[in-house]
Amino acid sequence: MMGYEFVALSLPPIVIGVLAAMACALPGNFLLLRRQSLIGDAISHVVLPGIVVAFLLTGTVAALPMMVGAAAAAVVAVVAIEAIRRLGRVESGAAMGVIFTAMFAGGVLLLEQSDTSSVHLDVEHALYGNLESLIWLDAVGWQSLIDPAALALLPPELWRMALAFAVVCLATWLFWRPLKATSFDEGFAQSLGWPTGLIGMGIVIMAALAAVAAFDAVGSIIVIAMFICPPAAARLMTNRLGTQVAWSLAFAVLSAVLGYVLAGYGPLWLGYSASVSAAGMIATISGLILALAALFGPHRRA
Amino acid sequence: MLDALTFQLGYNAALVTLGATMLGFAAGAVGAFLYLRKRALVSDAISHATLPGLVLAFIGMVALGGDGRALGGLLLGSAGSALVGLWVTNWLTRTTRLSEDAAIGAVLSVFFGFGIVLLTVVQNMSAGRQAGLEGFLLGSTAGMLRSDAILIAVGSLVVLLATLYMRRPLLITAFDPGYAAVRGINTHRFDMALMVLVLGITVVGLKVVGLILIVAMLIIPPVAARFWSENAVKVVGLSALFGGLSGYIGAAASATAPALPTGPIIVLTSFALFVLSLLLAPGRGLLAMALRHRRLQKQVHIRQGLLALARNQAIYEGFTRRLLRRAGMMQADGVPTLEGRKEASQLLHDEALWQELRRSQTLSELAIRDDGLTRIAEVLTADQIAALDAQLGPKAVS
Repeated sequence: MMGYEFVALSLPPIVIGVLAAMACALPGNFLLLRRQSLIGDAISHVVLPGIVVAFLLTGTVAALPMMVGAAAAAVVAVVAIEAIRRLGRVESGAAMGVIFTAMFAGGVLLLEQSDTSSVHLDVEHALYGNLESLIWLDAVGWQSLIDPAALALLPPELWRMALAFAVVCLATWLFWRPLKATSFDEGFAQSLGWPTGLIGMGIVIMAALAAVAAFDAVGSIIVIAMFICPPAAARLMTNRLGTQVAWSLAFAVLSAVLGYVLAGYGPLWLGYSASVSAAGMIATISGLILALAALFGPHRRA
Repeated sequence: MLDALTFQLGYNAALVTLGATMLGFAAGAVGAFLYLRKRALVSDAISHATLPGLVLAFIGMVALGGDGRALGGLLLGSAGSALVGLWVTNWLTRTTRLSEDAAIGAVLSVFFGFGIVLLTVVQNMSAGRQAGLEGFLLGSTAGMLRSDAILIAVGSLVVLLATLYMRRPLLITAFDPGYAAVRGINTHRFDMALMVLVLGITVVGLKVVGLILIVAMLIIPPVAARFWSENAVKVVGLSALFGGLSGYIGAAASATAPALPTGPIIVLTSFALFVLSLLLAPGRGLLAMALRHRRLQKQVHIRQGLLALARNQAIYEGFTRRLLRRAGMMQADGVPTLEGRKEASQLLHDEALWQELRRSQTLSELAIRDDGLTRIAEVLTADQIAALDAQLGPKAVS
């Protein structure tokens, strides 16, 4: 009976959390090396107005229009940040701060103004997602994993997240050499004749794709935490990019699994009946991993 | 709306508006120093790091038998955890090879995540159902107590006065840390002091604007103010003014309708001020820049056109023809007018003088002033021009 409960209630959220964590951590490595980590923060804030506008236009909370709206908002934000930075000669951190707070405020206001009481759409959902609710009611136990009829009824978020992770992986594998060169030495890459501006834009697009796919399932907190904490911890473990990426993925998986299990079962072990937020716990675990790496990592100093 | 702007919606609403105005004023002033120091986003880490302390303070006050919602206690708790977050950010940047932006991102996401974990713990407590702690995420002035509003106004005032008291060392540290160190200013200590001021205003503003958007009050007004002036003191003043205005309009507008949350309105008001500044500010504004560009373009086109006329070359380029005709220097058929001829030959003469100036032993260093648009009479005296003229000799006549 334990097997049934685990497969139906815990396995899908864990798998989705792991996929989301890895999909965000992978591009996070390159953002970290390019000192653009906070782009991930900005993107995950502006996703809110994107989904609200998509909802107001279509009247549904279907996945596709939401994703399109979120992606469009991410593009608007990136373009606006760049425009303010160049045209207004504003420092990039401040330009980012202006745009993501204004767009997030706009999203909150739209949400409060429109009638969304009938659907499940609120700020809290965008912030900390709803990992716990992504359950697989049709599972009857481990044997369901080889039953096509039951597999077809897995939460659709799982397939979306798997697809996003596959795309991010493929892009990283295809463009490994230019990604590596531009992240460490943009001038050198430029001298080889590579379009560094285009590659930089590609990294941001990859990050946006991961963020948009992940926020729906797991919320912004995990997205931001996974963009930064696993790659940052991995950076303190090694000097080689390939090894760093591998470490970051391992840390992402560890955070997702351990975070979910602790959130779901931790309070039970302590004698409480209710569980705590899985998204928050996953972010907390990733922070603890980073803290350990910062204290004991072999390459923690420059 | 007018009632709200003129404090006519009752004593409490007026107090809230006053508190928000004061908050915006102080946040604008502190934010200006933060922006000039180029560390605007540190405030994002600080504000997100307030959440665990806020919730822990609530849990602590309930455990001690209080009702847990006393604003003073909650703010004290959030200040505590924000201080820890600030320390961790500095520690990560100082002792590891991670850059400051990675440290900021790590602190803000992890502290916020941990805060959410604690928040779900509170929601499962019997006293936690009506805690309304979620109100601190996005801010709410609904149901704010009179004492809360006074606490916010007074807290803002204290931060503002402390900022103004330290304005000189803060400015020197922001512009030239090396010089500040030579002057015997402990830059590290004033950086810390600035962060404490930021922390103070963040904590004070939690209730009104919410911890996700409070950074906007520290970032947007100074960015907007920077467009209007090159003078740091004026930037600080304008930034405070913009912040105060945003707080005032935001609080007043949200008092008129329940569906208008205070925080987002304040942020959007200051964003509107930013957009206006970006477009309209003289000097750095886009409109002024476009006009300057257009003027330069005209000058260059007229000059090239006149040089062509002086050499009896035909002009085919439409924009140049239009400019010359409008200035009365060329007829519709492309033939220069008398005035055009005069201008053209003067320009050619100027060119010859500039050439001669380059060869001159005493004046050649003035050649850097030759950008193609400066008339030589603006650089030299009449006597010097006459001397150069004499050296030009008969060549110029031909």
